[in-house]
Amino acid sequence: MVLLTRKIEFAASHLYNNPDLSPEENRRVFGKCNNPHGHGHNYTLEVTVAGDPDPVTGMVLDLKDLKEILEREVMQRMDHRFLNYEVPELAGQIPTCENIARVIWNLLDPKIKQGRLHRVRLYETPDLFADCYRNGAEGAGLS
Amino acid sequence: MRSGAQKGGVKIELGRRYRFAASHRLHSAELSEEENGRIYGKCNNPYGHGHNYILEVLVSGKVDPPTGMIANLADLDGFVEREVLEPFDHKSLNEDVEAFRDTVPTTENLCIEIFRRLKSFPNAKLERVRVQETSNNSFEYAGDNPEAFEG
Repeated sequence: MVLLTRKIEFAASHLYNNPDLSPEENRRVFGKCNNPHGHGHNYTLEVTVAGDPDPVTGMVLDLKDLKEILEREVMQRMDHRFLNYEVPELAGQIPTCENIARVIWNLLDPKIKQGRLHRVRLYETPDLFADCYRNGAEGAGLS
Repeated sequence: MRSGAQKGGVKIELGRRYRFAASHRLHSAELSEEENGRIYGKCNNPYGHGHNYILEVLVSGKVDPPTGMIANLADLDGFVEREVLEPFDHKSLNEDVEAFRDTVPTTENLCIEIFRRLKSFPNAKLERVRVQETSNNSFEYAGDNPEAFEG
């Protein structure tokens, strides 16, 4: 098995606010991410696909195909968008790195027909990222 | 708030990067001077030397629907600050950290010690730690769970 990773970057804004919590609780839990006008990040997405290289082409999957999938499923949905208001898949969820990564996993997994989606890593900043993997046998970390 | 979880689901980990600067000297009391010099090279310099270490901490857990978080970063940051950064940053690992009095502070051993210090984080499960000693070498440790490397 070989792992193939492709990286893209997109810029988006978001804010953290749970309407079930009071304004004071929102500020306490989410800190400056609760700023009502939102704020933004340059996100870096790394998508890793696992598979055996095709004996004819030597490829796990055609990078052009992966690029198109990422463009259609991620860039067009999220790049230069306000994630809370413009991405229906995130409606009703706090757009944390964890939740955005999971949404991206769920968008990409059914679209990747050659090889198998292995990991989605989403960096919100160089010092903060979330990883998604297919649910393993162990019980921890189920979401 | 909606959980966003789907049947068959995915496993989600949160990764956070921290930095600390520390000095060390690689020297084993069980080896001769010549052997120490041969094995550790310039890292055996008796006065030690330092690195800007980068520590990556990966934790997993259920994403809490009300917050959208595996763990609140403020809690994780505070725990790592107390357990690792405060005792290690701007310190001599050999002289200032009890665990390295009799153990060579290679970055392998540093990973193991940091994992030991962080595994009791109460709000999420520690999956693994990765320590980058320089931009050219890094080390990872997942305790007795090598499957943590598979995700």
